Amino acid sequence: MTAVTADAPSAPPAPPAPAGAAPRRFGMKWQLLAWFVSWIVLWLLLNGKFPLEAGTPPFVQDALQNFASNLGLVSWTQPIINVLNGLYNAGVWVTKQLGWTGMIGLGSALALLVAGWRMALLTALGMLSFGVLGLWDESMQTLVLIAISVLLSLLIGIPLGIACGLSDRFNRIMMPILDTLQIMPSLAYLGFIALFFLIGPPSGIVATIIYAIPPTIRLTSVGIREVSEASVEASRSLGATGWQVLRDVQLPMSRRTRVVGINQTVMAALSMITIAALVAAPGLGQSVLGALEILNIGAAFNSGLALVIMAIVLDRVISAASTRSAAGQRSKKETWTNRAVAAVLIAVGALLPAIAPKTATWNQAWSHPITDPVNTATDSLNNVLYPITTAFTEWITVWLINPLESLFTGTPWFIVIAAFAVLALILGRVRTAMTAILCLAGCVVIALWPDTMVTLTQVVLAAALTLILGLLIGVWIGRSKRADRVWRPILDAGQVLPPFVYLVPCLTLFGSTRLTAIIAAVIYAAPAVIKIVGEGISTVPSDTIEASRSVGANSWQEIFKVQVPMARPIILVALNQGIIYVMAMVVIGGLVGGGGLGYEVVKGFSQERDVGVGLAAGIAIVLLGVMLDRISQSAGRVRRTSSDVG
Amino acid sequence: MSSPTATPSQTTEPAVSVRNLWKVFGPKAETIPGSAHAELSPAELKADTGCVAAVRDVSFDVAPGEVFVVMGLSGSGKSTLVRCITRLIEPTAGDVFVDGDNLSAADEKKLRELRRNRFSMVFQHFGLLPHRRVLDNVAYGLEVRGDGKASRLARAQEVVELVGLSGFENSFPDQLSGGMQQRVGLARALAGDPDIMFFDEPFSALDPLIRRGMQDEVLRLHHEVGKTMVFITHDLSEALRLGDRIAIMRNGRIVQLGRPDELVGAPADDYVADFTRDIPRSHVLTMRWIMRDVKPGEPLDGPELSPDLVIRESIAPITSSSAPARIVKDGQLLGLVDRDDLLAVIAGSAQG
Repeated sequence: MTAVTADAPSAPPAPPAPAGAAPRRFGMKWQLLAWFVSWIVLWLLLNGKFPLEAGTPPFVQDALQNFASNLGLVSWTQPIINVLNGLYNAGVWVTKQLGWTGMIGLGSALALLVAGWRMALLTALGMLSFGVLGLWDESMQTLVLIAISVLLSLLIGIPLGIACGLSDRFNRIMMPILDTLQIMPSLAYLGFIALFFLIGPPSGIVATIIYAIPPTIRLTSVGIREVSEASVEASRSLGATGWQVLRDVQLPMSRRTRVVGINQTVMAALSMITIAALVAAPGLGQSVLGALEILNIGAAFNSGLALVIMAIVLDRVISAASTRSAAGQRSKKETWTNRAVAAVLIAVGALLPAIAPKTATWNQAWSHPITDPVNTATDSLNNVLYPITTAFTEWITVWLINPLESLFTGTPWFIVIAAFAVLALILGRVRTAMTAILCLAGCVVIALWPDTMVTLTQVVLAAALTLILGLLIGVWIGRSKRADRVWRPILDAGQVLPPFVYLVPCLTLFGSTRLTAIIAAVIYAAPAVIKIVGEGISTVPSDTIEASRSVGANSWQEIFKVQVPMARPIILVALNQGIIYVMAMVVIGGLVGGGGLGYEVVKGFSQERDVGVGLAAGIAIVLLGVMLDRISQSAGRVRRTSSDVG
Repeated sequence: MSSPTATPSQTTEPAVSVRNLWKVFGPKAETIPGSAHAELSPAELKADTGCVAAVRDVSFDVAPGEVFVVMGLSGSGKSTLVRCITRLIEPTAGDVFVDGDNLSAADEKKLRELRRNRFSMVFQHFGLLPHRRVLDNVAYGLEVRGDGKASRLARAQEVVELVGLSGFENSFPDQLSGGMQQRVGLARALAGDPDIMFFDEPFSALDPLIRRGMQDEVLRLHHEVGKTMVFITHDLSEALRLGDRIAIMRNGRIVQLGRPDELVGAPADDYVADFTRDIPRSHVLTMRWIMRDVKPGEPLDGPELSPDLVIRESIAPITSSSAPARIVKDGQLLGLVDRDDLLAVIAGSAQG
């Protein structure tokens, strides 16, 4: 850790920092080093001299437990529960009535109408693969849940987005709410929602809407704001009413951006509806979770593959729809041919069972799940890798996780709070330090201090590893177009892959350990961080790089003296995003041996008497998240001059 | 040199009348007009109040059928001015009358009614709807005001032909060149048969050659349909070509308002003089500006010319005669111009 030395004086001179920040910027590296050393010294000095916890009585947990036990809550959500259950049952009924042929006909017909025949073919093949993998019913349940969640998200989100796009004031109110919704780890509020909407489809749908709605609102708003001012003005100059401007100009011209928002909402819904298996939402998530519980890699992989296929099909179809929308509107002839073909597809699919009764239900003999082959393969692979991975786990645990965890858990609580307050002061301003103090004090009141520190350890490590990975690969893809082409699809897949899917191989390789939790978080967070870093590096002006080459800089100097320093603000944004992503995985980490707050949350789901602790742990996760978010944001802000104060 | 003064024709009611119009951006903008701050320079105003006055106390009248040009560099407030007149931006103070109707006092409904029927606007960046065909773009204003589909498409077709876009009715805007796109903008503004058309730097985004063609197009349309036009530009040669009268703006104020020859012949201040320096005098100035009194013994049998004849068009008649040309209006001899006078002006302007 002390390898970070003496290059501070040779660092490029800081650009003029905004007034007020300038004095603090001087020698920040030294300040951080001093901060770290003094924490270690304090830890060594005070070890065992003070109580580690504040010893707050668990009244918050008790209050939450009481609150949860009063299931009178459900009485006013009952109508919503009924409606959502009704929608879900109706949807599943429709899929059963149409049968697999009808559903494939319907799916490819829709794809044909919005995205053309190539996408229709992709859709048909994708849906067929659900049957081949032996997961037709589960896939249909997931699709129905996604359809309901996305439709409701759009129904609520688009009007809100329009309001945000048209009114600055409303936008100012909504944006912090959306920020919070996106920072808040979904698993932390999943349990809370289950209190109101009971376990089953309704809770899954509500949680999915909450998780998936922000992109629709944001991008609808952005789309409307992006519409060329000239067109809006021209329309107004012709005497159009506000409604006419919206209908004729702002909505059609923002269509493409809105579709991007819908795409993100669908992707988010898919990943959330899988996680909602924890509150007994049916579908593919259930089968992954079930496989996870009995460590059946093959089965988990099988269901995971179905999820990935579903994600790819949905993503491709909607993306194609967004690029096609402008051109597609132009050719009336093509539209009519497509409509006719689509009608035929649906009719044939739906009527086929009546004509040929043998095709009415999916014949299990056609199914070839990849469960067994995968299990065989991983078993043999595991036999080879086991010694290596065990040694690796051992080494990382002893040399990295344990020391940091003893520092965090072995320092008295007030020193930890002071340490983070000082860190916030070094990186940010007084306000940041106040936030840090308040958040950690909140964790003290919640009375789950040791768990909080265990989680903090893993989050810090995971964020650090994510950033290192992000810098390595990000700089690489930022500098080389070829590397970008190779990595981009892998990163895309990493982003759409539901986290459950890669947990299983992690589990078998590294066992149910803290390392698995950390690795899962890194896998989840790395794609976004790598992309952001790569973006930052590649946007460094080529003039500057040429200038640096012209004075004879080698690649190494080019990276560390020009590209990384110039991309620094964006790298700090990447760090911030990385922390948010890592926080979102804390609960999943708890599921696979990470312990800490995540474990308490998972326990809260499963046992009625632990609901209070689970909810309290969820709140503690949010508090940690807010603190780390603010500290990392302020680190990015100091140099970028003062933008808005969040 | 005598300097005739600008006299807008007062015989009829003005088509557009702007009175003490102000647009101030910034905190408590409404307190600036009429206060002591109103007299400050832009920098002082910004320092004192944090406000920026984009339009300062502007007044002028536009006669029916006139082409009135507002000219200024970027940041002079000309685009804000035209938006305040049409109330695309709400003015801070002052009044605008269109054919006697007080536009500044109109409510939303009245304002829409005026925009739909009485005046229209052509924009620098066209403001077309990319998802509609040319014909639907042209018909859009008619659609907004509720005309039936058949009648609005028929009218749009007429206007499309008028601006020379026949054959492109079913194209989409992004399939057209910039000049063609602006023809669509022009057609859209013409479709509602407004009395007054506002042009906000309509040709600034176009190539010079196309721009010239479009200026000819506007002049032709002006002759054919005879609309009152208020034309905003930053290009002095465009202003001189098109404008019956030109208002030059600087820092939100009108620094000079007059006919093209008045701006060139008698600039109100150094700013205007600087602007007009490169303009060939012979293209703008008229006989009125160079004629002199009769010297004793001069022959008075030269050709008879109008005082409003532009110098370059007088070259042939004057050089072909040995006697000086007589400048005559309503049968009265105003003065003389001979070859030497002519050469002096041309040589003078050549020296810049």
